[in-house]
Amino acid sequence: MDLIVEGIVKAFSLLISLDPEVLGITCLSLAVSGAATLISLFAGMSVGTVVALIDFPGKRIVISLINTGMGLPPVVVGLFVSIFLWRNGPFGFLEILYTPTAIVIAQAIIATPIVMGITLAAIQHLPRNLRLQILALGATRLQMVWMLMKEARLPLLAAVMAGFGGVISEVGASIMVGGNIKGYTRVLTTATVMETGKGNFDVAIALGIILLLLAFMINAILTQIQQRQRPR
Amino acid sequence: MNTTVPILDIRDLQVKRGGVGVLDIPALDIREGEVLSLIGPNGAGKSSLLLVLACLLPRRQGTLHFRGATVASGNSALAYRRKTAMVFQEPLLFDATVRDNVAAGLKLRNLSHADILKIVPACLERFGIGHLSGRHARKLSGGEAQRTSLARAFAIQPEIIFLDEPFSSLDPPTRDGLIDDLQRILRETGTTAVMATHDRNEALRLSDRVAVMREGGIVQIGAPEAIMNQPRDEFVASFVGVETILSGEIVKAGSGTVIVHVPGGDIEAVGAMKTGDRVVCCIRPEQVTLSTGASQEGVSARNNFEGKIVRIAPMGLFCKVSLDCGFFLTAYVTVPSVENLTLQEGQSIFASFKATAVHLIRK
Repeated sequence: MDLIVEGIVKAFSLLISLDPEVLGITCLSLAVSGAATLISLFAGMSVGTVVALIDFPGKRIVISLINTGMGLPPVVVGLFVSIFLWRNGPFGFLEILYTPTAIVIAQAIIATPIVMGITLAAIQHLPRNLRLQILALGATRLQMVWMLMKEARLPLLAAVMAGFGGVISEVGASIMVGGNIKGYTRVLTTATVMETGKGNFDVAIALGIILLLLAFMINAILTQIQQRQRPR
Repeated sequence: MNTTVPILDIRDLQVKRGGVGVLDIPALDIREGEVLSLIGPNGAGKSSLLLVLACLLPRRQGTLHFRGATVASGNSALAYRRKTAMVFQEPLLFDATVRDNVAAGLKLRNLSHADILKIVPACLERFGIGHLSGRHARKLSGGEAQRTSLARAFAIQPEIIFLDEPFSSLDPPTRDGLIDDLQRILRETGTTAVMATHDRNEALRLSDRVAVMREGGIVQIGAPEAIMNQPRDEFVASFVGVETILSGEIVKAGSGTVIVHVPGGDIEAVGAMKTGDRVVCCIRPEQVTLSTGASQEGVSARNNFEGKIVRIAPMGLFCKVSLDCGFFLTAYVTVPSVENLTLQEGQSIFASFKATAVHLIRK
């Protein structure tokens, strides 16, 4: 019990004193996961919207695949990104394995299906006649898509946060493709794993608290959005 | 009426949805400034026809002309779509204020901010929702939301407005108020309107012409009185509120009047058919008068029958009285009259109606 109390006390002192190493790790985590989320937004939202709006044969299978992708195990992503970026791999010449870029790539692959799946559901959930109503108001196809996305902006915001929440808390891929190099590719989750392994519970708890706070903030905003209602 | 080029016309229209034919209309002309109602049961194709007219549903076959010029199918119809507007049964408002909702169509046309500021308040006032301007669409009542939806459509000053059951989700007082306002605004603006509804009273109140639809086709089109009083067939008759529909045969033909033999009695009607012709007699319930005695003080009613009251069903302001006179006859009687005549089920009573009240359909 002492261990935990001591850990928590030390953790708060680390947080309050803005320990440079903890701060660095936190910033890198935010930067890497932020970049990955941004990439996933472009890929996920555009494809998600297109799949939602266009009817084509095999649409159900595509939607099932996207939904499956929402639960992609990070270690599997880490494995394949490692293989592709390996020195002898197809993209080995880029020499980006064990760099923050590699983590961004792996995390973007994890976040994209999440953003895509939520975008798809959000657009499909809009009233069916809304599309016709927007066209009837004199919109071009592009204006119509833009207005639909604006209408779905709250669930789309949820997609952003779900994507971000998914990658900031993931550890498997980050450790495999980033390597947890101190001051270079060490992020919150990989650092927590390592510090726990070393028995440095105070630092591990401090990192854990930061992660929890981030997760809480994301969920608080998500809940706020979910509680809002659609207009008639 | 107007003999110039119709504002909108379709020819040889055929539409399929999911491999099933939903519309088959050889020709339909819509006249400038008129209000045309499409009535018919669910699935008759009213909504589909509106969507095709508004260029929102691709047509497999057929041509659409706007003021005589062909409107191409698909995306190139944008210029045409910008001259029309459509209001659906659901208000389908955007997640924004009433003001921004009404401005939506104007913004899509890249109108200047100054113009939008001029048009939107005027439009809100017209629909009596000026005080709601800054309110969020989410916080509107059903009637307010539908007013906003109509204001949004009228803001773009459409030449034709398509209305798909715009009142059917509203409660009766709200609906009445909105129908009155819409009627006034249509008159003031001179906008041509095509409205789908399954409520014949709505159609009669608002329209210059009514088209009765069934299974993707137009069964009958004409002035509301013509549709009400001279339905073309039994389907139209029952749909426009004819309660008594009797099959019979002409047994005597005279100068302008005929006697129709129906099972259980002979009915005198106005018509120019020959003896032996098979016909259907349509008698509207409001044309049938009931009395307790057989006295026919100066009534020109040629048809008098004694019958037994089978059922009295209250319908609000009046009661629907079903009689067995050998054939079944239905009459509408006001509630005070039911009390004055002390009508009861099982009682014998006299029913009369004029020969002109009988509409004959040749079989």
